[in-house]
Amino acid sequence: MTVDVLVIGAGPAGLAAATTCAQHALSTMLVDEQPSPGGQVYRGVAEAPLARRNILGHDFAAGASLVDAFMRCGADYSPGTTVWSIAPRDGGFDIALRVARQSRLVHARAVVIATGALERPFPISGWTLPGVMMAGAAQALLKSSGLVAREGVVLAGNGPLLWLVAWQYVRAGAPPLALLDTTPRGRLAQALRHAPAFFASSYFGKGLALVRDVRRRVRVVEYVDALAIDGDDVARGVRYRADGRAATIGADHVFLHQGVVPDINLVSALGCAIEWDDANACFRPAVDAWGGTSIPGIYVAGDGAGIGGAHAASIRGRLAALAIANAQARIGGDERDRLARPLSRDHAQALRGRRFLDALYLPDAAFRRPQGDTIACRCEEVRAGAIARAVRDGYAGPNQVKSYTRCGMGPCQGRYCALTVTEIIAHESSRPAASVGALHARFPLKPVTLAEIASLPVTDGAMRAVVR
Amino acid sequence: MFARLPDEQARAVTITVDGTTVTAREGDSVAAALLAAGVRAFRVTAASRTPRGPLCMMGACFDCTVTIDGERNVQACLVRVANGMRIDTT
Repeated sequence: MTVDVLVIGAGPAGLAAATTCAQHALSTMLVDEQPSPGGQVYRGVAEAPLARRNILGHDFAAGASLVDAFMRCGADYSPGTTVWSIAPRDGGFDIALRVARQSRLVHARAVVIATGALERPFPISGWTLPGVMMAGAAQALLKSSGLVAREGVVLAGNGPLLWLVAWQYVRAGAPPLALLDTTPRGRLAQALRHAPAFFASSYFGKGLALVRDVRRRVRVVEYVDALAIDGDDVARGVRYRADGRAATIGADHVFLHQGVVPDINLVSALGCAIEWDDANACFRPAVDAWGGTSIPGIYVAGDGAGIGGAHAASIRGRLAALAIANAQARIGGDERDRLARPLSRDHAQALRGRRFLDALYLPDAAFRRPQGDTIACRCEEVRAGAIARAVRDGYAGPNQVKSYTRCGMGPCQGRYCALTVTEIIAHESSRPAASVGALHARFPLKPVTLAEIASLPVTDGAMRAVVR
Repeated sequence: MFARLPDEQARAVTITVDGTTVTAREGDSVAAALLAAGVRAFRVTAASRTPRGPLCMMGACFDCTVTIDGERNVQACLVRVANGMRIDTT
C-alpha cells in the first residue's frame, strides 16, 4: 500500500494534520496505538458519557470537534496499530506496522510524527511499587472507564496536569488526602518575570480558579523537597520532608507527576537531529516552523516537537500538513503561506504564558537526578548508583552506559529513564546535558514477535525494516 | 481501590482473571478492568521477581504486561476487554 502521507498518533496534532492533508487531496493514513481517537488529552472523548465529560471539564469536551472533523475527512484510520520501524526508500519511507498481531508495510512519501509527550520520569525510592502511577494514568482511567480511586490517594509533584487531576478528582467526589507540591521555594518569584504574558493568557484565569477549587477541598503541602514511597509488595504510604520537617502519610494510591516532555524515541531511532531544551530540561527534535526535521519528508507536530498544549498541537498539525501539501504540489508556496498566516498568529497566542509555567514548574534537580539505590531504569532495574559508577569507570555517554549497565535496554526503550540517565551522566562528569546527548532508540521501536515479523511478505522493504 | 462513577452505564463484559470470573465494562482496557477488580500487581519483573502494576496507562512503560488468551507479554492498557477473554497475571 502506498499513501502520500502517513500520520502517526491520533491526538490533536495528528487529527488536525490528517484532516488538513485529506482536505488538500493528499491520500492520507492515520495510524494510532490506542483503540479510539483523541490521543491522551482527548482520550475517549467520542465515547465519554455526559456526566463524565462534566467532571473532566470544558477543555476535554472541546476535543470532540477535532475527532468529528477527522472522521469525516476521508483519511484512512487504523487504530490499535503500532509503528515498529521506518526505513527510507525511493524518496519516501517504508513504515512497518503491527495490527492485530500481524505486520504489514506501508509506503508513504511523507510522515507526520504526532506521538506527543510522555510524563517526565519521577525516579524516587519506591516508584516501582504497584499502586504508584503517573497522574496521567489516573486521568486516563477516569477518561476511558470512569474509574476513580475513592480512598487513600496522595498526589505528589508539580505542574498543571497534577492540579488538573486533583481538580477532576474533587469534581468526581473523591478529593485526594493530600497534594504534596514539590515546587521549590523562590520559583514563583523567578517565574514572575514572565508574568505579563501569563496574565494575558488563558492559562491564568483557568489555572487560578482550578487551584482555588483544589485548595478548598484538598490539603496542599508546599515546598516538599524529599519524597519516598513505602510498601512491601504494594504502596502503603509516602514519606516526605517539607520545610525541614519529615512526615509520613498512609496511601494506597500515589499519583506522581512533574511535567511532560516530548517523546523523541521515533525521531531518535530515525536519526533526526535533536536538541536540548534547557528551560524544560529535556530533548526535543530540531524542527523548522512547519515541523520539518533534519530528514526531508519527516515532520513532527504537536507536543512531540516541544510542549505547547493541545490547541498549539492542533495548529502545528495543520502547519505540517500545509508544508506537505506544498512539497507534493497540491498548493503553491503563496497559498501555503496565506493559509499559514492566521495559524501562526493563533499558535503564538496559544503559547503565551508557557514560559511562566516552564519557569515555575521545572522540577528540582533532586527529583530529576536520583542517587544510590533508587531505580532509574524500571525495565532492567538499574539503580542510579550503578549509572554514576559506570560514569566514574569511564563510560562517557548514555549509549556506553547502556551497553555496560543495560539501562534503557528493556521493552520501554528508555522512555522512562533516558532523561534520568542523561542528567546523572551530566552531573557526574560535570558536562552540560546538551553535550552528553540522549540514549539512541533503535528499531524495532516496540517489542515485536518473530512470528509478527515473519508475517511480512518477503520484499526489499520488509528486509530493510528488519536488517540493519 | 478504584470504583466507577455512579453514572456509568456501559454494558457488562465477563472475563476470567487468574481463573476467577470478573465483570468489566464494554470499552474498558484490560488494565482498567483489572484495577477495577482490585488487582494491583500485574506481573513480576524478570530481574528481581518483584511485583509491578501499571505506571503510564498509555502504552509506553510496559509495566502492565499480562498474558491474554495465552499470548504472553501483552500491554494490558492497549487491549480492550471482550466477553470470554482469559487473563493471567504472574
